[in-house]
Amino acid sequence: MPWLSILMGVPVLGALAVAAVPKGNDKLAKQLTLAVSLVVLALTLAMAAQFDPSGARQQFSEVHDWIPAFGVHYAVAVDGIALVLIALAAVLVPVVVLASWHDAERPDAKRSVKTYFALILVLEAMMIGVFAATDVFLFYVFFEAMLIPMYFMIGSYGGAQRSYAAVKFLLYSLFGGLLMLVAVIALYHLAAKNTFLQPELIGAITDPDTQKWLFLGFFIAFAVKAPLWPFHTWLPDAAAQAPAGAAVLLVGVLDKVGTYGMLRFCLELFPDAAKFFTPVIIALSVIGIVYGAIVAIGQTDMKRLIAYTSISHFGFITMGVFALTADAGSGATLYMVNHGFSTGALFLLAGFLIHRRGSQYIADYGGVQKVAPVLAGTFLIAGLSSLSLPGLSTFVSEFMVLIGTYERYLVPAIIALAGMVLAAVYILWMYQRMMGGPATEQVRGMADLNLREKFVVAPLIALLIGFGFFPKPLLDVINPAVQHTLTSVQAPQFTPAIPAAADQKGPGE
Amino acid sequence: MSLLALAPIPAPTIEYGTLSPLLLVFGAAVAGVLVEAFTPRYLRKSLQMPITLLSLIGAFALTVWQGTQGVREAAAMGAVAVDGPSLFVWGAILLLAIVSVLLVNDDDHFVAQASAVPGSAEEDQAISQGGAHTEIYPLVLFAVGGMMLFPASNDLLIMFVALEVMSLPLYLLCGLARRRRLLSQEAAMKYFLLGAFSSAFFLYGTALLYGFAGSVDLGALQQMISTQLGQDNLLYIGAAMLGVGLLFKIGAAPFQAWKPDVYQGSPTPITALMASGTLIAAFGALLRVFWVGLGNLDEIWQPVLWAVAILTMVIGAILAITQTDIKRMLAYSSIAHTGFLLVAVVATGNLQQNAAALGGILFYLVAYGFATVGAFAVVTMVRDAGGEAGHLSRWAGLGKRSPALAGIFALFLLAFAGIPLTSGFFGKYAVFAPAVAGGATTLVIVGVVTSAMAAFFYVRVIVLMFFSDPAPEGPTIAVPSMGTAAVVALSAAATVVLGVFPQPVLDLAHSAAQSLFVR
Repeated sequence: MPWLSILMGVPVLGALAVAAVPKGNDKLAKQLTLAVSLVVLALTLAMAAQFDPSGARQQFSEVHDWIPAFGVHYAVAVDGIALVLIALAAVLVPVVVLASWHDAERPDAKRSVKTYFALILVLEAMMIGVFAATDVFLFYVFFEAMLIPMYFMIGSYGGAQRSYAAVKFLLYSLFGGLLMLVAVIALYHLAAKNTFLQPELIGAITDPDTQKWLFLGFFIAFAVKAPLWPFHTWLPDAAAQAPAGAAVLLVGVLDKVGTYGMLRFCLELFPDAAKFFTPVIIALSVIGIVYGAIVAIGQTDMKRLIAYTSISHFGFITMGVFALTADAGSGATLYMVNHGFSTGALFLLAGFLIHRRGSQYIADYGGVQKVAPVLAGTFLIAGLSSLSLPGLSTFVSEFMVLIGTYERYLVPAIIALAGMVLAAVYILWMYQRMMGGPATEQVRGMADLNLREKFVVAPLIALLIGFGFFPKPLLDVINPAVQHTLTSVQAPQFTPAIPAAADQKGPGE
Repeated sequence: MSLLALAPIPAPTIEYGTLSPLLLVFGAAVAGVLVEAFTPRYLRKSLQMPITLLSLIGAFALTVWQGTQGVREAAAMGAVAVDGPSLFVWGAILLLAIVSVLLVNDDDHFVAQASAVPGSAEEDQAISQGGAHTEIYPLVLFAVGGMMLFPASNDLLIMFVALEVMSLPLYLLCGLARRRRLLSQEAAMKYFLLGAFSSAFFLYGTALLYGFAGSVDLGALQQMISTQLGQDNLLYIGAAMLGVGLLFKIGAAPFQAWKPDVYQGSPTPITALMASGTLIAAFGALLRVFWVGLGNLDEIWQPVLWAVAILTMVIGAILAITQTDIKRMLAYSSIAHTGFLLVAVVATGNLQQNAAALGGILFYLVAYGFATVGAFAVVTMVRDAGGEAGHLSRWAGLGKRSPALAGIFALFLLAFAGIPLTSGFFGKYAVFAPAVAGGATTLVIVGVVTSAMAAFFYVRVIVLMFFSDPAPEGPTIAVPSMGTAAVVALSAAATVVLGVFPQPVLDLAHSAAQSLFVR
């Protein structure tokens, strides 16, 4: 059964159907979108149930010729890493659809409601495709094509500065992507295998200098996407201007394509170059962790604040990816999933607040916990997950990343710990200013979460708590895949018996 | 008399079958002139339109028939090379010409009486009488015939003749816009003067190369470059002058200045024809001259074309950002695309490499041709009181007013920007990939950086159309005629199909390129 093609085909057909809904029947369009996204979720879970973690690395593989003239295949398959990220997308889309029920209806939005929901479904198909692609060219096609629906979602339905943010988002990503295109072409040509299939290209480039250049071509695109400091400046604008639902998909899933790409393409295709650049990347990650956290503290706009916390968290993820240890790699992958849930919950709750109060500035709130306790409580849990409180799933992943990094890079790991402390500052201070204290005039009449909104938040909170206590199902799937990746990088595994490994100097020393 | 009797001149052999597409187009053009001369005014349009369209369709069918015939050779005593690339280029030009003629068929693009002074009573009278210049159709046919002969000519004199046959009708057609006639006449004048100037360069270059090689035949020229020594000055100056003439026609920097003025002033259907057909024809000719005639001189011209390619891409992308008129913007975008195409022109190497580069260029030309005709067709539909709404600010909020049309235009813009799943992406890939293989990685990097810059102004138009508030008295969307609607639909379909399933056209381009150019 071609699971992955079905997973992509259903939302595409759904998008066409939603777009074909007659004008003025917005409710039907929304219900249809929700139904389609739930079907995709069910199919994803059915596929995941059949995934065998101890089986072949790539499962549900499909390979067809697409453009033989260029050696391009329609080739999709999933390993553990891709599977959990596809599942993340499949979970977040119905949640976002439900949360965005009224988002597109704002009077200043320029386009029809059904278009917004059709775009979400198109985006879902592309998100699944980008994680499933095992052909470098196909991956690139999805990587770039994904920008267009997101561009329209930000530009048509976003806040006051939406067109600036949308253009900035598109141009940054396009620029990175086009540099990657050069690397993709060069990889194909230099490998001289007449194919773009990623498994066949592993080990094809052996010359160290060539590896370095190609690595940079891929890495910059992923670093812009992720975003890694100093390529991050588009994210706060895009996330702050995007409607809450689009921001969730942008930060929660789209940006993961960057870190996923580093793991899947940068490490596996150019292992020597990856090792060569590791100190630089670890340094950039650590800067990103601390910088993102400090700048987040200074934000007055809660969506920008959440965006900056994400920059800090993406620092952890890239650090975990490039620490090249099993714990850090698994932790980073787990982090990608958990961050999606955690930031998703935060953005959506922020969206609910903004919908009620009409402002995204922290200073305009105060005392919300008195009038809307459920809203404030869930906001607190989502916030605590962002600062990695033990018992919530983000803690597991952050802890694994830090342990894995500590094995090889002592000083960066210690500096990164500062990021955790700063996280407590930005989250708790934001909570205190918005939810604590006496209720302000405008907040006093604020309604608590209604049933629809509870249905939005409940699954995310449940996942955060559930995986916080029992991350095993995810780790069982992730671990073998990360092991495979690291084996192809042939990184020397950390073994405590050899003290020399622990003495390796980090870039900070 | 006795001399002739002593040495009879052998009659030239003409392969009528091989040349049939050309002959049909030229024949129909002549027939069109006769129609103008001998039929009453009210009948002319109803005769001209079918003649034009049917002859173009027939020529396309004949081209396809020739394409299935296998071995290619130089026809007409070696003057016209009917080889794989020629046939492919013919097919592309004919298809795009058919599409453009559908646009030409819309009445209100062209002046009622060209000889009337703009704004005069005479003009008003001509308009009220419903005057129309049906000469447009034979002129278009002549131009298309020239476009077909230009890339297929195997010697420099034929090429010059083709250049003039192609250009002269276009000079005229440029000046026939119905509205903003002064701008149109200015465009025609500029195009004519600069075009004549570049033709002179071309002709002088031909003369110098004849002085060098003793022949105007491209194959002979190539032979002589490797054998003839000591005449380098003639060769270099001749090659440079020839290059100037050709680079002018494709609109490469620093010879690009005419493009924005001419594209803006011309009637939009003619702009569409020029932006697609002329570009394809001129690239075919450029390739033939540089790859065949000057093929053994590539160490000399490659660095020059490198510089020209970089300059063209950069100038096209940067100047486009500052444009406020949609047609001027598309003209600068066309300049940038010319630069991208030049990237593959310099990527020569062994036979396989050349075939890959040529195939890429051919595919790009088709992909770009359809997108550009489609884009100009949309431009004809967005109108206000003074005719087409050229100024970009008038396009604000078009997505609200007419989502379908704006959506299709956005599709063309995304194709120009080279976003995956549109034809432009594979076009770009098809020229950049052989360029990287041919060692022009630096050029490709410049290419992608300028692509990113170019993306900015395409995206800006999308922002205007979709994310800005509509202007209070915005332009009206003309209800498209059958022809225009067909053009837009066809181009959009081509853009999507070539972007999702490009393999058949790629195969065709590669098999056309496989044989390379006959000598």
